Amino acid sequence: MKVERAKLTWFERLYIPSILNGFKVTLRHFFSWKRSKVYGDKQSSYSAKLTMQYPEEKWPVPDGYRGAPYLVKDEDANTKCVSCQLCEFVCPPKAIRITPPGQSGEADREGAEKMPKEFDINMLRCIYCGFCQEVCPEEAIYLLKDYAITGENREELIFNKEKLLSLGGEDKRAYAHHTQDGVTEGIKKWEKKTQEAKDQPAFH
Amino acid sequence: MAAKDISIETVTVKVDGRSVEVPRMMLNWEGNLEPTTVLQACKLAGIEIPHYCYHPKLPVVGNCRMCLVHVGSPGRPGPDGKSPVNEDGTTKIFPMQLPYEPQTPRGVIGCATTIVPDMEIYASSPETKEMRESVLESLLINHPLDCSICDQAGECKLQEYSYDHGQAESGFEEFKVHKPKAVDLGPRITLDAERCILCTRCIRFTKDIVGDDALGIVNRGGYNTISTFPGESFNNNYTLNTVDICPVGALTSDDFRFQMRVWFLKETKSICTDCGSGCNVMIGSRENKMYRYEPRQNDAVNGHWMCDSGRLNYKWIGREDRLSSITDVKGKTSWPIALKNISDHLSNADKGSVAIVASARQTNEELHLLSKLAKHFDAITDSIPRKGKADHLMMIEDRNTNTTGAQLIGVTSKRVGSKLSIIKKGIESGKVKTLIVFGEDVTKHGIDAKLLEKVTLIVSDILPNETTKIADFLLPGCAHAEKRGTFTNVKGRVQKFMKALEPPGDALSEWEFLHELAHNVTGLDGFKTIEGLFNHMAGEVKAFKDAELTWAKLGDHGLDVEL
Ligand code: SF4
Ligand code: SF4
Ligand code: SF4
Ligand code: SF4
Ligand code: FES
Repeated sequence: MKVERAKLTWFERLYIPSILNGFKVTLRHFFSWKRSKVYGDKQSSYSAKLTMQYPEEKWPVPDGYRGAPYLVKDEDANTKCVSCQLCEFVCPPKAIRITPPGQSGEADREGAEKMPKEFDINMLRCIYCGFCQEVCPEEAIYLLKDYAITGENREELIFNKEKLLSLGGEDKRAYAHHTQDGVTEGIKKWEKKTQEAKDQPAFH
Repeated sequence: MAAKDISIETVTVKVDGRSVEVPRMMLNWEGNLEPTTVLQACKLAGIEIPHYCYHPKLPVVGNCRMCLVHVGSPGRPGPDGKSPVNEDGTTKIFPMQLPYEPQTPRGVIGCATTIVPDMEIYASSPETKEMRESVLESLLINHPLDCSICDQAGECKLQEYSYDHGQAESGFEEFKVHKPKAVDLGPRITLDAERCILCTRCIRFTKDIVGDDALGIVNRGGYNTISTFPGESFNNNYTLNTVDICPVGALTSDDFRFQMRVWFLKETKSICTDCGSGCNVMIGSRENKMYRYEPRQNDAVNGHWMCDSGRLNYKWIGREDRLSSITDVKGKTSWPIALKNISDHLSNADKGSVAIVASARQTNEELHLLSKLAKHFDAITDSIPRKGKADHLMMIEDRNTNTTGAQLIGVTSKRVGSKLSIIKKGIESGKVKTLIVFGEDVTKHGIDAKLLEKVTLIVSDILPNETTKIADFLLPGCAHAEKRGTFTNVKGRVQKFMKALEPPGDALSEWEFLHELAHNVTGLDGFKTIEGLFNHMAGEVKAFKDAELTWAKLGDHGLDVEL
């Protein structure tokens, strides 16, 4: 098929007006005095909207943003993950790789029975879908707000258990909905159940 | 099975409004005829009644109540001997009700209620559904619901039935009773007493099938717990079967505990190689690593069970020191070069100058190809006997998987190993110049390293030993889980097994390179696949020919041949 090209008029063939037309959006933002939500408070001292000085300056990540998945701890700094491997199963790009503990269970405290021996997330594979967070029965994995995952080689970007736990830390969001009426009872995983079992009259 | 010969009258019952004709009697757990139960009738009608304590191969006790169904039966016959009829003349059916509360439907346990003619079984009615919900709710009263750390999750009947028949809410608000967790019940079994639903399958299995009355229930009411006698350990050769039949995650296998979630496991039909019984098994593997054996039902061989020693005998398959490269006198080489050199060597060998020590753990197909080579050279062939202790159930003395096959194919003498001394004498006198050894360490059986120096030694094996160390040609082979083939068990049942794993390194299924050798040396031809090879063998070996075996006909459960 032959495409008929429209013949340009004399004015169009000047090109300058078209270029200026294209700059219109840029220039409008350049001279805009309105504040943008993205720059948030960072910009309060500026009257004009200027280019953000990333990475020295960072934009406030909105709530509900799905960043990198990390393992979170409970309020006593205990590992919450029990190596159920549901996240590994559900992860669409197979970014998660868990090594189960084997017979020993690897548990590090009273009342706990099972913990992962290894827990790797390949951040190059992760697509930040949040399925792992959704499926986790122990609320042990959360997509936090990290979005700039960089490294010098591929191995570096496979985060292991220690790294995921330290990056996840004790994220408040991880147990926010366990707090009622301002009273932070905390989840203190297994503590309640262990106590309950201890209080029970011995059955003989 | 006795039931096949006797003709059994049938009765008609209605399951969910559909008329089905079912036999009046069916086989019970011991193989005797007993009146058909509601659960069996529904199964024949294609409707599964959920159940925990019922197991087709265990005595019926009816204690879990999961199989409650609402049924209706004809009324009691009047003085004229006839049951009450409807206006149109059909038999009147009375749905069961509580006698003191006629508006409440009453359930019966399907596993222990026998059918009567014209019975109506309301297997999916709202009444039945409500009964199931209530039973599940009460089973879950003290259940910890720790599915996320429970090895049974994914194959747990409590999970499955809760999804299918349960309700999401529990009316029980009190504290749950906590029972002991991770109890060491025996050397291979860990009990989580909280998860137990007290179906007593484990107790009945070990008492009635194994004959070791080791388990019982102690304590009362909500504190009921499975236990052994004080100070005793649950330790017989069949304990791990209780892990399979336990419908929940109460009994767990130490070997499999916290190793892998079951939904990752790929299942492959295979045969246990620990003794000549040839129990049917299922291999569970993930990413080329084997995690467990489970017994696979075959009523002609092992029923639902297998022994613990066979079940745990698989670790060698994944051993680090598996043979994985082809070597000849000069060092590492490749299949084409090694096979060409061996073929050249064998083609120049004189009749009678070759001896073969095959293994009675090899497959029928491999032994058949070896017998072809043997015939070509008039070679002396034999295998090495392997004896262990037999037990009273399934494990037999002969620890070679395929002794019967080796004898039928003619590689092994009737008294296994009786010709080894002739082979030894042959080497000593210099008559035998080439020795082919498959899967055995002949240095342990009288043919020592010094003697082996006198011959060209062609060895194929899976794990290193003294013989593989001094082989002139070493061909790495496959474990049964890494290839396909058939074994003939001690009673003459030919059964096939499938490939679950990839072999390490250069290792190759023995039948593939044996086929090439046999082709180069004897001109054998005509098949490319294991199916073709089996069918070829079935046409030549008398016992297989008489039974008209073909690979396809073997099916999943194998076929018997005349011994
Ligand atoms: S966010 Fe999605 S892709 Fe990333 S680890 Fe979780 S499940 Fe996998
Ligand atoms: S993070 Fe959650 S879903 Fe993943 S293994 Fe741990 S407990 Fe299971
Ligand atoms: S026994 Fe079944 S329901 Fe109970 S914790 Fe285990 S998997 Fe979950
Ligand atoms: S341990 Fe398992 S098989 Fe035994 S009674 Fe309890 S639930 Fe049943
Ligand atoms: S299966 Fe019928 S009562 Fe348990």
